[in-house]
Amino acid sequence: MNKQLLWLPFAAFIILGLILYSGIGKDPTKLDSRLIGKAIPAFSKSLLLSDQTITEKDIKGPALINVFASWCPACYSEHPYLMELSAKEKVVIYGLNYKDDKQDALKFIDRLGNPYNMIIFDNNGRLGIDLGVYGAPETFVVDKSNTIVYRHVGEVNERVWTNIILPKMLGTEGQ
Amino acid sequence: MKKLLVTFFILLVILPQTAFSVISVYQFDDPAKEARFNQLVNELRCPKCQNNNLADSNSELSIDLKDIIYEKVQAGESDEQILVYLKDRYGDFISYNPPVKPSTWLLWYGPFVFLLIGGFFLYRFQSSHRQDTQDQQNDEQQANSMLEQWAKEAKDQETK
Repeated sequence: MNKQLLWLPFAAFIILGLILYSGIGKDPTKLDSRLIGKAIPAFSKSLLLSDQTITEKDIKGPALINVFASWCPACYSEHPYLMELSAKEKVVIYGLNYKDDKQDALKFIDRLGNPYNMIIFDNNGRLGIDLGVYGAPETFVVDKSNTIVYRHVGEVNERVWTNIILPKMLGTEGQ
Repeated sequence: MKKLLVTFFILLVILPQTAFSVISVYQFDDPAKEARFNQLVNELRCPKCQNNNLADSNSELSIDLKDIIYEKVQAGESDEQILVYLKDRYGDFISYNPPVKPSTWLLWYGPFVFLLIGGFFLYRFQSSHRQDTQDQQNDEQQANSMLEQWAKEAKDQETK
């Protein structure tokens, strides 16, 4: 048998190793959003703190849309940082209260504070589905022209804000 | 004993069906629509879970998606329309039947490539093996003829 062929398993091992190595550190639970580069989907929803109804036209970017719920444990640990963002950095944040009980949601805001400009009350979760939400917390970055430029799945903290979200927002402001 | 066994097997056949009828909370007038609904929820994947179809998942999101699919099937939307609706929101991840496109070429064509590579090596191995047995036969023949030669020579010397 040809001696050179003996190198083949080794080469195959290296190639397979590289393919598998490129997958390390990737979170398979994170899905790409289909809405990147698209406008906020049309909706008409009432607010949590008043009976007023708003539509997608009432959202004014650049802003964040933060999907939260009182049943979501990570939302509790994320909330203080959102308070800080809105107070110190003057970031406009819209809340999307996703599939929550109204009383529980009000208690959540009452206890932890309200960093949101407006809180959309999405009790049946249909706006969430239109946004492709599959787990709270999720945060959408909306630019000046109300286009969604990024979706972050999971908690927003200082590291996520400075490394990921802020560059995306600055990118939009530079346009 | 025989009766017990028969009862056991009858239960084995009946039980899964009753369990299924308990799970299905969606009422259809049209059996064709029901069949389409069942096919869709079996083929579609729950976005929240890593490896669960909508039919098997009881997560809040799966229940909502099943409700939506039910409404759409009842409203007479085609499978295609429903798939487009869901893919617009959750991407190809939602479907267990990924489309053929450059990023999925390895998935679709990879097995055939590996089959070809395997076939190539099998062919090479076989042909080199055949060569070996032929060589062996040649050697044997040579050895035999040499033995005959020696025997002949020995005989010749004896007669001398």
